[in-house]
Amino acid sequence: MQAESALGRVALWFVIALLALAAMLSAKDGGFAAHALIVAVTAFALVLVSAARFDPTTSLNSFFRIPPGESQYDDDPVRWGVLATMFWGLAGFVAGLYIALQLAFPQLNFEPYLNFGRLRPLHTSAVIFAFGGNALLATSFYVVQRTCRAKLAFPSLARFVFWGYQMFIVLAATGYLLGVTQSKEYAEPEWYVDLWLTIVWVAYLIVFVATIVKRKEPHIYVANWFFLAFIITVAMLHVVNNLAIPVSPTGSRSYQVFAGVQDALTQWWYGHNAVGFFLTAGFLAMMYYFVPKQAERPVYSYRLSIIHFWSLIFLYIWAGPHHLHYTALPDWAQTLGMVFSVMLWMPSWGGMINGLMTLNGAWDKIRTDPIIRMMVMALAFYGMSTFEGPMMSIKAVNSLSHYTDWTIGHVHSGALGWNGMITFACVYYLVPRLWKRKRMYSLRMINWHFWLATLGIVFYAASMWVAGVTQGLMWREYGADGYLVNSFADTVAALHPMYLLRAFGGLLYLSGYVIMIWNVWQTLAGRVREEAPMTETPHDENADRPLPPAAVPAE
Amino acid sequence: MTDQVVKETVKGHKRLERNVTLMAVATFLTVTIGGIVEIAPLFWIDNTIEKVDGMRPYTPLELAGRDIYIREGCYTCHSQMIRPFKDEVERYGHYSLAAESMYDHPFQWGSKRTGPDLARVGGRYSDEWHVQHLKNPQDVVPESVMPQYGFLAEADLSIADPAANLAALRRVGVPYSDEQIEKAEADLKLQADPAGNAADLAARYPKSQVRDYDGNPARLTEMDALVAYLQMLGTLVDVDSAAAQEELATEKGR
Repeated sequence: MQAESALGRVALWFVIALLALAAMLSAKDGGFAAHALIVAVTAFALVLVSAARFDPTTSLNSFFRIPPGESQYDDDPVRWGVLATMFWGLAGFVAGLYIALQLAFPQLNFEPYLNFGRLRPLHTSAVIFAFGGNALLATSFYVVQRTCRAKLAFPSLARFVFWGYQMFIVLAATGYLLGVTQSKEYAEPEWYVDLWLTIVWVAYLIVFVATIVKRKEPHIYVANWFFLAFIITVAMLHVVNNLAIPVSPTGSRSYQVFAGVQDALTQWWYGHNAVGFFLTAGFLAMMYYFVPKQAERPVYSYRLSIIHFWSLIFLYIWAGPHHLHYTALPDWAQTLGMVFSVMLWMPSWGGMINGLMTLNGAWDKIRTDPIIRMMVMALAFYGMSTFEGPMMSIKAVNSLSHYTDWTIGHVHSGALGWNGMITFACVYYLVPRLWKRKRMYSLRMINWHFWLATLGIVFYAASMWVAGVTQGLMWREYGADGYLVNSFADTVAALHPMYLLRAFGGLLYLSGYVIMIWNVWQTLAGRVREEAPMTETPHDENADRPLPPAAVPAE
Repeated sequence: MTDQVVKETVKGHKRLERNVTLMAVATFLTVTIGGIVEIAPLFWIDNTIEKVDGMRPYTPLELAGRDIYIREGCYTCHSQMIRPFKDEVERYGHYSLAAESMYDHPFQWGSKRTGPDLARVGGRYSDEWHVQHLKNPQDVVPESVMPQYGFLAEADLSIADPAANLAALRRVGVPYSDEQIEKAEADLKLQADPAGNAADLAARYPKSQVRDYDGNPARLTEMDALVAYLQMLGTLVDVDSAAAQEELATEKGR
């Protein structure tokens, strides 16, 4: 029986490998051929896997010290998700530091594959979809099981979701380097990669909803509302924004269905809600489970979570036009986008308040628990960037800030501060539990990570504020003679020191992350670092006695 | 709101919390509204679908150049959208009209100006300047942080089927004629051939420019295509003519 099913698998993978090879040979361009080759090589590797009865999962499992035996819950996809998060995070941060250095030292561009224009989408996709996406997959599978008190529905489909998503990442990332892109920011992958992601995403929705259906708890916990909204809305955005007609079924190039102003607003409706639902709703779901768990306190307000959930998802979707202020988009749409963006400030802070106030009665943990400290800093940055965002969406402010590095700084205070910090905190929470260890290898290293990351963000955000405002003011500066004062090249030269400081901030953030990788790796290996505890009340033997009689009487 | 109202609302919400289908449907309805209200009208209101004199689809060579522009991620640093501010209009030219990107599938407005706006860069510099600048930007602009694109001059322009590109664009609404599609391959070569029949191409594509762009008439390279695209950006619509200004003054639907 087992041999027969192995044979069936071999035949299936072999057919897929052949089809991919055929697609490669008849490809119209190099990018599509390379992708077909990747699919073929993957399928061929799976032929070998099935045929030789070589069981890679066993060796991989022992390499990553995955605990053997059945758990109460289905945690293998969660473990792999955590490992993938760590891996892609490193790739994304290194790419980010590299392109930051390219802007300071253009000699670091190596045409054609390592030019800024091809590496920049690699960086954005690696951090948002690979690092953030895997963190969302891992935490959603973990949280939905715990809050529903049920094992994952369709375990093999869950594994397909995980590995299928990694395939999407590999195709997207290699595509950027090869120049396969449809040029829509944060939606660069071409039509066939988009179709593949759609299949994976529908499978994700099925696993998630079916697990909720299986639940033993009467109510659906608030974290799952956010995960559900994230999965549904991202599906809608992805499908509509990527509507395109391929030039040929064996070529990578496609042309968007929409053009010009309609395409622009569709893109930023997508782009802003990739932030709103991928990087906000999904990560708020993480916050709603892991902050109460780590603080050992219940969520501050149930009613606030209802109000802020519905108002957040309703308002976010309107905010897209603030990316198109003063463009050829009609004024009424711009104004609508601005007004809704300003209103969005309130539900955003509702989420922050609900998270922070959960620490009521446990505030001392900020001093004693570096993981709580990270969560609080994440929420603080969430609050900061969701104030900055509405401010920048006001047209008068936007006329200065748009097209400048201020936007880049804003995005990074959200991404590094909120998404990065909350993900690090959740991974620190998850790793000892998933690998059945007493605690992380070192709590002091978490503390180091916290400070390096925080300092890195401060350098990043501050330098980009200065760069953005400088740039905006120099562009519009008129002299007494009534002529523009600065050529464009002058403004580029003026930013050089800021670009250096930004790269330094990125280096600090990356250093903290390297410490995290070491810490996680040691925890997986089962080691516990001998170190002084985070808090100690010192005892001074000498001071612990009655005062000796005074030698000189007081006057 | 009285306590009673709050209690009723919370009670109503508990129904959603117990039923994942209701929850999913309510969520989906909530997130569709904003997009429908903001995006749908753009397909029929005046100033987003109006036609402007001079707009025409890209020639096959310009389209090839545009595809290279997209492939290399030029949009990550260059916008093509001039805002109606005094300094921008003086620096880059007349502010951009919606109709000027009506054949852009997808749009190239960009979101960041690490380099200058390119919406009206056509005709502002010579071909020689563009070629030299693309090969090594720091040669002509020492402060520049732009990467080098010398490989474009070495790469032969190879497009599997230029007619298929035009046909795909026609399927999404660009009004290419049968003749234009049929002659796509020939037009591609014609436009970069200094001995090409310019009047013939102009009959199909008004205001098209026929010449060797990359300084090497012996070869048709990716550099030819990209420079041809850059040199036509913003040249189609005569925004400063009296008729155009009059039309803008009567514009409705903003």
